[in-house]
Amino acid sequence: MRRHIGFLLAALAVALLVYLGTAWIGNDYVYFAGYVVLQYVVLATAWNILGGYTGYVNFGSAAFFAVGVYTTVVIHKTLALPVPAILPLGGLLAGILGLGMGYLTLRLRGVFFSIATLALAIVLNSMIVNWSFVGGGRGAYVIRPREIAFFTSYVQYLFVLMLVLATLAVWIARMVERSRLGRGLAAIRDDELAAEAAGVPTLKLKLIATTLSGFMMGVAGVPLPYFVTYVEPSGTFSLGYAVNAMAMPLIGGTTSWLGPLIGALLLGTLQQVATVTLSATVNLLIVGILLVLFVTLAPDGILGLGRAIVRRVRRRDG
Amino acid sequence: MGVTIDLLLNAIASGILLGGLYAAVSLGVSISFGMLDIVNIAHPAFVILGSFVAYIANTTLGADPLLTSIVVAPVFYALGALVFQVYYVSFERHGRDSLRGLAFFFGLMFITEVGLILVFGVDYRSVQTAYIGPSLNFGEVGIPLRLLVPCVASLALLATIQLFLRRSFTGRAILAVAQNQVALQFQGADPIRIRRIAFALSIATAAIAGALLIIIQPIEPSVDRDYIGRVFAVCVLGGMGSIPGTLLAGLILGIAESFTATFYGPSWAPAVSFGLLLLTLAIRPAGLLGR
Repeated sequence: MRRHIGFLLAALAVALLVYLGTAWIGNDYVYFAGYVVLQYVVLATAWNILGGYTGYVNFGSAAFFAVGVYTTVVIHKTLALPVPAILPLGGLLAGILGLGMGYLTLRLRGVFFSIATLALAIVLNSMIVNWSFVGGGRGAYVIRPREIAFFTSYVQYLFVLMLVLATLAVWIARMVERSRLGRGLAAIRDDELAAEAAGVPTLKLKLIATTLSGFMMGVAGVPLPYFVTYVEPSGTFSLGYAVNAMAMPLIGGTTSWLGPLIGALLLGTLQQVATVTLSATVNLLIVGILLVLFVTLAPDGILGLGRAIVRRVRRRDG
Repeated sequence: MGVTIDLLLNAIASGILLGGLYAAVSLGVSISFGMLDIVNIAHPAFVILGSFVAYIANTTLGADPLLTSIVVAPVFYALGALVFQVYYVSFERHGRDSLRGLAFFFGLMFITEVGLILVFGVDYRSVQTAYIGPSLNFGEVGIPLRLLVPCVASLALLATIQLFLRRSFTGRAILAVAQNQVALQFQGADPIRIRRIAFALSIATAAIAGALLIIIQPIEPSVDRDYIGRVFAVCVLGGMGSIPGTLLAGLILGIAESFTATFYGPSWAPAVSFGLLLLTLAIRPAGLLGR
């Protein structure tokens, strides 16, 4: 545990440096762009707990994310709690959704889970469209407070919040990876039948991973309504979230916490640049092409490429 | 709300006609996923690609969508063979890595969809033919030709594929490779070649299904997402790889959706396939006509 606390402190120190750096630039655009990139760090890290560690593909990241988003919309219209208080609630609901989905489909072959998650986003979408309280298909406006104590603007506040969430997400993922749970998940990924035979409680571990992954995705969605101030189903359920949450870990490397982080920072920043210089559609096309190229040509992602280079250099020297 | 007999009959009629289309769209998945165990989630995207090919031929040359689809089916066959080759070399040969295979097809779906958006935009497109518009009336039940023609064409397509699988040598080899790949190798046939043919065939059916789709409804590039839940619900409910099962499940889904749309409103229809899929997985994962 002491090693994990050490890592958390180091990660928080890095986050503090990032904060000081952005505060020194002091431009709201940096907070806008930074928020989006950090949101992807949380989503990619959450996806990787199930996808990378366990080997189960979740196509429905947008659905879990949307649960968090619409939790905030409902709370905003009823209790009007502050964002940090909504975080656990949105996460919990998304986690329960993950548990339910997992319970229904994870006892069968893994591919059925993937197909079910793909359809899940579509069903949740039609439920939201039919639910007029949260704006239905027309969408809902969420007015954010004009100012907030200790911060220069509300966007800066949300940026710092997401920075903390991203740090915690990476910390949790690293902790899972190095725990008994992580070793059990890796055993499932490598050979589920053998793991089962060796006494690994596969269903239980898979359900824990699905719930945790769903929880983190839900949390990532909670601050979004205050960030965009206008929420509608087609934007919230956009395939962009699903493809990014999956492409980022696969491009970065799935077996370690570092992979999704690298993938999200790289691809997230690339998309921020491409959205400004090209268009949002072209930028999604780039993500799709990169995803296909990486899974076919570099199956272990950037981390795998890095390791291969290190190995080659060592061999030449030795 | 009063449920009248004609409302009921009309809902059943349009459900059956719609079910024919669903069977045609799902046929490719029944081959690729049901028989070859290749989870081609990009199949609906290929169907939409087929719709756009029919659209181009119809608006520029005034060609009939069905005729166009039969002409371009060999091109789709070649495309399918290419996709299979990439899939085989990158994933299948190295043993099982379903994670990256799934990501690969998801990426293909995404590229196809976004590519179509870049070329055609997000406007709904439709085709013009003589049989779009008029309908046959049987008492209170109206049967639009716009729905009837695709349904009949779909039945013909399913029958052709079924006949090919049961009667021809290659077709029987495909059925054999679905059961036991090693045994086929002992018989002196190349299982990879047979799998490539079967997968290419599944993509060729997407060309025809796409033409049927654009006759029935106007389409835009992201319509494929509505069909992902449907094709897998039909494939699983029908019993993985059974062609008669695909037809039966397609009809069940069509009728269920038509009832939902008539009595609860069309915005709930997309949820039906998902419910049906979860129900099948929970109660009878082998499907209706599964082995």
